[in-house]
Amino acid sequence: MSRLGYQNGSAAVFLAPALGLLLLFFFLPVVIGVFLSLTDFDVYAIGNPGTARMVGLANYQYVLGDATFWKALRNTLYFVVVGGPLSVLTSLGVALLLSHRALRLQGIFRTIYFAPVVTTLVAVAIVWRYLYHPRYGLIDHVLSHFGISPIDWLGDPNWAMPAIILLAIWKNFGYNMLIFVAGLQSIPTELYEAASIDGAGAWRRFVHVTVPGLRPTFLFVGLTTMIGYFQLFAEPYVMTQGGPLGATRSLVLHMYEQGFRWWRIGEASTLAVLLLLITLVATLVQLGMQRTRKTNEIPRTAGPAPRGDAA
Amino acid sequence: MRRLVPGLTLSLALAATLLGCGNDDGRETVTLWAMGHEGEVARDVLVEFEAAHPDIRVVVQQVPWSAAHEKLVTSVVGRSTPDVSQLGNTWIAEFAALGALEPLDSRVEASTAVERTDFFPGIWDTNVVQGETYGVPWYVDTRLLFYRTDLLERAGYDSIPSTWAGWKASLAAMKSKLGPDDYPLFFPVNEWPPPVIFGLQNGSTLLRENDTRGAFAERPFRDAFAFFVELFEDGYTPGVANNEIGNLYQEFSRGHVNGFITGPWNLGELRNRLPAEQAGVWSTSPLPGPEPGVPGVSLAGGSSLVLFRNSARKDAAWKLIEYLSLPETQARFYDLSGDLPARASVWESPTFQSDPRLAAFGDQLAHVVSTPKIPEWEQIATVVQEHAELAVRTGADIDSTLSQLDRRVNRILEKRRWLYEHGKLASASHDRAIETLQSIGLRAGTAGGGR
Repeated sequence: MSRLGYQNGSAAVFLAPALGLLLLFFFLPVVIGVFLSLTDFDVYAIGNPGTARMVGLANYQYVLGDATFWKALRNTLYFVVVGGPLSVLTSLGVALLLSHRALRLQGIFRTIYFAPVVTTLVAVAIVWRYLYHPRYGLIDHVLSHFGISPIDWLGDPNWAMPAIILLAIWKNFGYNMLIFVAGLQSIPTELYEAASIDGAGAWRRFVHVTVPGLRPTFLFVGLTTMIGYFQLFAEPYVMTQGGPLGATRSLVLHMYEQGFRWWRIGEASTLAVLLLLITLVATLVQLGMQRTRKTNEIPRTAGPAPRGDAA
Repeated sequence: MRRLVPGLTLSLALAATLLGCGNDDGRETVTLWAMGHEGEVARDVLVEFEAAHPDIRVVVQQVPWSAAHEKLVTSVVGRSTPDVSQLGNTWIAEFAALGALEPLDSRVEASTAVERTDFFPGIWDTNVVQGETYGVPWYVDTRLLFYRTDLLERAGYDSIPSTWAGWKASLAAMKSKLGPDDYPLFFPVNEWPPPVIFGLQNGSTLLRENDTRGAFAERPFRDAFAFFVELFEDGYTPGVANNEIGNLYQEFSRGHVNGFITGPWNLGELRNRLPAEQAGVWSTSPLPGPEPGVPGVSLAGGSSLVLFRNSARKDAAWKLIEYLSLPETQARFYDLSGDLPARASVWESPTFQSDPRLAAFGDQLAHVVSTPKIPEWEQIATVVQEHAELAVRTGADIDSTLSQLDRRVNRILEKRRWLYEHGKLASASHDRAIETLQSIGLRAGTAGGGR
């Protein structure tokens, strides 16, 4: 027992710096953020803290009754629910193509597809604004050959979010693509060979070897993509500033405007706390989904029998 | 560890040199923050100042506009403000509310260099918050009409009419000479100035009850807003945002849009960006007013020089502000930067009178008013823009749109009402605004009565 205590003690010494930093730079700001969300801290209060008032849950009450918040939440969910899966599927598709044995110069293609991830978004936005232009844009020009009349991508409230999603997918798919490529490489080729010998075609090999083999990768990619997509900010910030008619104003953009443009720190903190809760719930839901899927599959993946407790 | 020590000593020595270098010649060091292009050219006018004041050294720090606001607020919170800074005059109320600025009334009173009456009155007024002066105008800007002279001529006019009704008739005549996808005007629906300018022209104070509630549903603003929306409904301007039309200068050059309300920075842009053969096809005009005899006011914009309350060298810093306000310095600064001088006397020189495009700005500057001088204004302006966009894009009913706008604005001003009701704010700003409007010949407060 005392030995355990000693071990704990030295562990604490080694952990202290990291824990201290976490406490200082992570937990403390969260606590302060929650506290600020209960005040009406604003530009007047920066000048004279005496004018800040404790307002209890009034900020929450106001935000939850504010149409702008719900609109921002709807926009964000639209982006997450439509953009997230599309983005993951695009990454997976490209990763599969890149991993195909017949493909030459894989390294070059990988670099090309990864390039958008490391390109400055502001530069990209200028190019994409032209691509989306109804009079000069390449996209509408191509569509016109199929008899589709020009779409005002960034100006039409119905098309602005799809335009942002398209840009976000193009900008981000390279990152997940690399992770999928790594995941694909970790699947033993023997499994494919065995499946082929058993007479499985390309599709069945994909469904029964590749997909189960990528399960941990899917979990990781799915979670990080979802959390990342909830933080949607830069794309609408540089492309549309949240317009037209607020169709691309995301929660984080809304929060940024409240906090750093208008200095309504209390309200911005409230939004931050709400976003944290929403992301937490969404993460738990997704983890839950993955877990039930796994439980369902236990009878089928009759792996090696669990070894009895030898001890 | 042994390797670390010499490095540490070296960097300490370096730091000591850097810290010490400010005082090694016994001069007082005044820091000046200037934004963007002004930051680049400010040094050139300061050489003479330093020559005239051998005991003062000026350090100019250049701040990009995009980061300026955040950097200034951070410096106030962190008590690391400069002595003097350039400040966009719509930001003055905010920094006054932060308690960061030094009131300048007694210094102005005693100064021979800063001659209050020589500044454009509407511009000076932007520096007065709750009855106290917090800044001295450095350079000014305002917005007026840029237009294609060739189209106006084809429509049978030789200048922009001076009333709303006349202007509208000229727009109809211009529109009839254009194809369905081309327009005589362009008001981007993601910008707030056009609807706000029309409201101010029609005598609206925008806010009421000491700037604690919106006055947008009231008659003066309502009628102006209806006029604004009609310009879209009648097809004189496309209902799109400025990021939807690609390159404004190209569209203007090709004649897809033939006029816009914008500021002096576009004088240079148009001169540089239009092809040489189009150098003479455009001009500027002061804005039309709502009725004959009522000048069409515009926004009092520009930058001021402010003195920070935390400065330990206020007297030296004030000398710098005085120097930058002198008519000679202002004229020289115009040559270097192209920024319009804030003093009316400078405008009498041939430089400004011989160029009609520039002279229009001089005329307009005599009729400028400031937007409400409260820290919440910029947020309110965005909400105004959102509602204008709503009315333009969806054809929403004007009265219900404006009532909704007032409700949003009243919510933003809740804190201000509370501060006011608890005696934490003085109440001078509203009366001041009316005074200014009257001083430039506008029938403030009575507007709407005759319409």
